[in-house]
Amino acid sequence: MGSYIPAVEQETKQMLAAVGCETTQQLFSHIPQEMIIKELKLPSGMSEMEVLRRLTEMMEKNKVFRSIFRGAGAYDHYIPAIVTSVTSKEEFVTAYTPYQAEISQGVLQNIFEYQTMICQLTGMEASNASVYDGATAAAEALAMCADRRRKKALVSAAIKPDVMRVIETYCHGSGMEVAVIAEAEGRTDMEALASMLDDGVACVYLEQPNFYGLLEDCQKAEQLVHQTKAKLILGVNPISLGILKTPGECGADIAVGEGQPLGMPLSFGGPYMGFMTCKSDMMRKLPGRIVGETADAEGKRAYVLTLQAREQHIRREKASSNVCSNQALCAMTAAVYMAAMGPEGIRQAALQSASKAAYLAKELSKIGYTRVHQGEFFNEFVTAAPSGAKKALDALADKGILGGLPLDDNKILWCTTEKNTKADMDRVVAILKEVG
Amino acid sequence: MEFPKELKYTKSHEWVKFSDDTTAQVGITDYAQQELGGIVFVNLPEEGDELTAGTSFAEVESVKAVSDIYAPVSGTVSQINEELLDSPEMINEGAYEAWFVTVSDISDREEMLSAEEYAAFVEEEKAKEE
Amino acid sequence: MELIFEKSREGRALSILPACDVEIVMPKECRAEAPKLPQLSENDLSRHYTQLMKRTFGVNDGFYPLGSCTMKYNPKINELTAALPGFAGVHPLQEEDTVQGCLTAMKTAEKYLCEITGMDAMTMQPAAGAHGELTGLLLIKAYHEDRGDARRTKIIVPDSAHGTNPASAAMAGFEVVNIPSGEDGCVDLQKLREVCGQDTAGLMLTNPNTVGLFDKNILEITRIVHEAGGLCYYDGANLNAVVGIVRPGDMGFDVIHLNLHKTFSTPHGGGGPGSGPVGCKQLLVDFLPAPYVAEGETLRFEQPEKSIGKVKEFYGNFLVMVKALTYVMMLGREGIPEVAKHAVLNANYMMEGLKDIYKMAYDERCMHEFVMDLSPLKHKTGVSAMDVAKGLLDLGIHPPTMYFPLIVHEALMVEPTETESKETLDAAVAAFRKLYDMACEEPGTLHEAPVSAAVRRLDELSAARNPRINYYAAQASSSKAKAKKEEAR
Repeated sequence: MGSYIPAVEQETKQMLAAVGCETTQQLFSHIPQEMIIKELKLPSGMSEMEVLRRLTEMMEKNKVFRSIFRGAGAYDHYIPAIVTSVTSKEEFVTAYTPYQAEISQGVLQNIFEYQTMICQLTGMEASNASVYDGATAAAEALAMCADRRRKKALVSAAIKPDVMRVIETYCHGSGMEVAVIAEAEGRTDMEALASMLDDGVACVYLEQPNFYGLLEDCQKAEQLVHQTKAKLILGVNPISLGILKTPGECGADIAVGEGQPLGMPLSFGGPYMGFMTCKSDMMRKLPGRIVGETADAEGKRAYVLTLQAREQHIRREKASSNVCSNQALCAMTAAVYMAAMGPEGIRQAALQSASKAAYLAKELSKIGYTRVHQGEFFNEFVTAAPSGAKKALDALADKGILGGLPLDDNKILWCTTEKNTKADMDRVVAILKEVG
Repeated sequence: MEFPKELKYTKSHEWVKFSDDTTAQVGITDYAQQELGGIVFVNLPEEGDELTAGTSFAEVESVKAVSDIYAPVSGTVSQINEELLDSPEMINEGAYEAWFVTVSDISDREEMLSAEEYAAFVEEEKAKEE
Repeated sequence: MELIFEKSREGRALSILPACDVEIVMPKECRAEAPKLPQLSENDLSRHYTQLMKRTFGVNDGFYPLGSCTMKYNPKINELTAALPGFAGVHPLQEEDTVQGCLTAMKTAEKYLCEITGMDAMTMQPAAGAHGELTGLLLIKAYHEDRGDARRTKIIVPDSAHGTNPASAAMAGFEVVNIPSGEDGCVDLQKLREVCGQDTAGLMLTNPNTVGLFDKNILEITRIVHEAGGLCYYDGANLNAVVGIVRPGDMGFDVIHLNLHKTFSTPHGGGGPGSGPVGCKQLLVDFLPAPYVAEGETLRFEQPEKSIGKVKEFYGNFLVMVKALTYVMMLGREGIPEVAKHAVLNANYMMEGLKDIYKMAYDERCMHEFVMDLSPLKHKTGVSAMDVAKGLLDLGIHPPTMYFPLIVHEALMVEPTETESKETLDAAVAAFRKLYDMACEEPGTLHEAPVSAAVRRLDELSAARNPRINYYAAQASSSKAKAKKEEAR
């Protein structure tokens, strides 16, 4: 059996003697004895070598695709070598939340740098240290906007379905009302939005690009939303901000999103991270941890967790969020990724992802896989599947390619990143041409 | 520690300065600001809000605590001290100048202490802490 | 130390991406300016993070007796299994027949963790303990709603609870009823009976509780709540004390969360990612978050009948769960109870070595952690719990949790965990004793501590009054202030 307990028998005896016990069982003698477990129904413990073998066998039941054309919330971007090298450093991996600032300057400075970089990317002014994922970031952003008079959130029907479900769950808990803004041809229906806005609406949540990969008319949305003094929340793909107009430029009050594209592997859905940024006047409403710059007793620049009076450990039931653990190491991953890519690298990642999508869409349309929607898209788009989505995707899977996400029997949501080569895309088209 | 004679006090450490029977300014006492330590943020009600005596109407945050401030009177908030929102340290620097709100149309009030009575009450509180 | 932005030089870059092999298509509307991300060579970048690493204290650096956080050793095999390409390279929306390995890992972990906790089913979706609390409370809410019992709006929480408990209850839309602890630090049965009634939705409890004591009345406590029609929620933060010894399910709890980053050895990562699976008894199974891994000919995702919905995109922090599964497989049925035994032994051994000079908040056998009350020391010498904690930094030990639980003044909460050796514990006891002597002889020195860390004590007041949380925004506001000053001159 495996064990990480250093005590050998003799030491255990000495320590037991020191606390006045003869056996370790006696340490639990004050617990009602009828509850004590006789034996756990678990397999026997194993050595490291055996465990690795078992888990490798388990892993081998998965299919890992060489070429991926599926996104819908999890994106297969290239991860620079330095990212993994930095984030596997044991100190970063094994440290706790940096409550003891004097010996946690490394983690704290990194979060400060992360906050700055994510603000640069989104064009916003303030950021927290991260939350669980893009969906919980959206749900927490809605809660930031609720007040005594405004308790309703309008949410676009064109957002990722999983994000919608998380928002619904959170709002059912908190009592915030959620109304869905209909979509029109794949985009948020601005007329519907205009008709739904009143002074009971706290905020409006849109995604840019939206679930179908389409770009929303954020300028129009901003005008409408701010006319009634509601808040505009944009859910964004961070890679797209290497090139697209930022939420800051669009006039958003809060920008959130899934940080996974910034250097995190697909990992069957997690761990990922949610980023949350806002205008500075909403800074104190941000949930979770925030790092600020200050000075030490000798005047040396240093970093510390700040604005803590917002948080659950102080405010308890009056806190607006219960967030305690965040996704610190994932936020570090995002920071190292952004630093490694630099402004030009991230621009390239964005441009190439979008350009490849444009190429693939054009080539697919030539064989009858025509786009379902009109208008501009980023790196995802929906096409028809003339002979059925399943047949098409099975044919691709047979050749080691993960095709787009089937939306129904005849529609596929495709995605490209800088990792998809022209040769791969041509192959997809060739395979589908055979399927018909 | 100061206890200006012209003010009234509550056992929850607010001061009240009546300008007439139905109008008063409210703040927190010098003793309260000392106990709280460095104040970093204040949450104030909005003008027009109705206050109910004995219930919380504002919050002050120090680095590691948040405390409710209770309304000594019932009435309508006719003015808030917006300067406090930007410079909460004013409360530490001069608790009796740093008023939180002006309340008008006062209809009800909590039990209030005179300066002497409040000074004695603070002494008791201090003794308890020791 | 310089910030990464200060090390940036225009034009430096890494060589990451090839040239684009298709025609570049520009979007109609682009951002006006490039983001000011750092521009460094790979060497500079690598050294920057090595510098940051050296200013970080992890479990691998030394003893980390941080109460209620269970900072045990994080086995390296966990990192290896979680990084296996067959786990790390799988897209969450692949077809079920291509992810049978992931589903097997989830189902296996669920079965093992249910056996350890006495639960009937478990969801891996919550990303952390607090997230688990919210999920568990939403299950309780859905249960009462489903029965058409709208009166149950209150959650009972002891005053010794973690702040997340009342915060989660509020987020789930409940009213929080705080009950004071008895003098023995445990639930006051009389008070509990008084507050239980037709409006009780449930009770949230840790056992052992936050002062490190096992509540002997636990069966009576859960019975009182059940008789009133409420459900019992177990906060698994302190499970390390009893894992493999007793099960929350057998204590009468209906729903629990685990902190895989505490009891099950997954690393804390400087604040996350954690994982907070929620287990429940049969009566709540239909309400579990969607999707849930169901067994059949093959494993597949199912939507529980009356599901509360989703609490997170996809299925949770999957790789963290793989690490915890690895740990349980390593330890197995023999190894798991040893964890609790040695965690409790180590805590009692340290307490025994300190209790003649430090006042124990509750002077009786503790479980996996104990709480010291430093108010006598502060009264005598002026040295506070904070001063002693900072003194430990200079002795190479991570301080215990400070000023928690709130019901003990000047609290230091010590949790050594089972993975520390007798020498480490002896050295820590010696360090605490040394600090006690220093407090008596030269208290001034401790007010100044630490002196050997990267920085001295920090000005937290100005940090909170004038938040500078973004390098460029702070720079802009400083230069604005400067300009204003000059203008005034």
